[in-house]
Amino acid sequence: MTEKIDIKGEKDMPAMAMSLGLMDWNKTGSWRNLRPVIDYEKCTRCMICWKFCPDACILIRDEEPVIDYDYCKGCLICAEECPRDAISVVKEE
Amino acid sequence: MKLTIPEQELMQSGHLACQGCGATLAMRYALKALGQNTVLSIPACCWSVIDGPFPYSSLKVPIFHTAFETAASAASGMEAGLEMMGDKDTQVVAWAGDGGTFDIGIQALSGAAERNDNIMYICYDNEAYMNTGIQRSSATPRLSWTTTTPENHPKETPKKDMVGIMAAHRIPYVATCSVAYPEDMVKKVKKAKDTQGCKFIHVFAPCPTGWRSAPETCVKLARLAVQTKVFPLYEIFNGVDYKINVKPAKPKPVTEYVKLQGRFRHLTEADIKQIQRTVDWEWERLLKMAEGCEETEEKKGKKKKK
Ligand SMILES: Cc1ncc(C[n+]2csc(CCOP(=O)(O)OP(=O)(O)O)c2C)c(N)n1
Ligand code: SF4
Ligand code: SF4
Ligand code: SF4
Ligand SMILES: [Mg+2]
Repeated sequence: MTEKIDIKGEKDMPAMAMSLGLMDWNKTGSWRNLRPVIDYEKCTRCMICWKFCPDACILIRDEEPVIDYDYCKGCLICAEECPRDAISVVKEE
Repeated sequence: MKLTIPEQELMQSGHLACQGCGATLAMRYALKALGQNTVLSIPACCWSVIDGPFPYSSLKVPIFHTAFETAASAASGMEAGLEMMGDKDTQVVAWAGDGGTFDIGIQALSGAAERNDNIMYICYDNEAYMNTGIQRSSATPRLSWTTTTPENHPKETPKKDMVGIMAAHRIPYVATCSVAYPEDMVKKVKKAKDTQGCKFIHVFAPCPTGWRSAPETCVKLARLAVQTKVFPLYEIFNGVDYKINVKPAKPKPVTEYVKLQGRFRHLTEADIKQIQRTVDWEWERLLKMAEGCEETEEKKGKKKKK
């Protein structure tokens, strides 16, 4: 995980314009109003949801799709595209 | 479990795109095809924001953020620099929006194409200037709502035929892609990478924010655009050899595509009929262009010198 990079002054600046870390510290899961939930009984592991996630936050764990709620923005493309209707939608509190 | 596109993820979660952003899917697929040995030249566009603020990035490949009109010239410069250093493997990619491509960046792009510089240019097309608040571009379809083409001042002109313009430069490879067809897109970007010279790829990338459409319909809209023939998938080799990749057996009426988007909400039945006629006419024209090309394509694509 990238630590927050503190740039206080010129001395902390890189010699040229370049990035010093990834955006992974930015937990976009807090943007979510609706939560997609996979029903593994219905899921056939076709990975179509993984393929179409614009936030690259459906992980592959032991050949199964696992939604990373730290980053999932709740766009629901995965639920819309799942051919098995295996992804249900739950309202976030 | 079988994956139909590469597993490698060079786009990091935590990026700043809106929910259901097609431009983000386009980048994810492009990088899966390009791999790690890639440098991007990105002019002002949504992607300069999506990537994240300095000193962070969402991409695991180097990016050069450049001025709005300079995606292609910056890429040509980087390519020349790499060549001077003896690096023949790194693929330089200009990555720009439709505004940066169809409008302000067209002269830099035309220059790079005319010189046949060894760069790949990928335009993600969301059909307006989204980053600055949904202003019309020359890629905006006729009659579409934008903040500069309100209902009482509709855009009367059709979408610019950018693919035709690029083909007219007789560059080795031009292709259209859609975020609803990732396998096709990965294949085309790989093909472009293996081709020496200037390559142009036009990706259809729905924008829920600007199109006033539900985020979950992003992929569905991109698919409908192909199934209704609004955005055909095809390749052009050396500017003359056409190959249509998807020929919908039973094309859907354009209404199905149009009705899901707020930007077309004001259209009358007559407007939609007119759009249908234009789409049918353009499709017939494309079929004619592709006639007799079947045998000669690909063979003529010059392979990259190793
Ligand atoms: C010379 C110049 N003019 C205007 C701008 C403001 N500007 C920044 S991004 C943008 C729109 C980009 O539209 P497009 O290329 O379609 O990309 P999108 O935002 O839709 O992804 C504009 C007008 C600028 N940065 N530079
Ligand atoms: S798309 Fe549906 S069936 Fe396929 S892997 Fe995802 S949840 Fe499972
Ligand atoms: S809701 Fe959207 S962001 Fe969340 S996992 Fe599904 S496709 Fe990805
Ligand atoms: S405005 Fe549109 S293109 Fe830009 S980040 Fe949002 S959804 Fe993507
Ligand atoms: Mg745009």
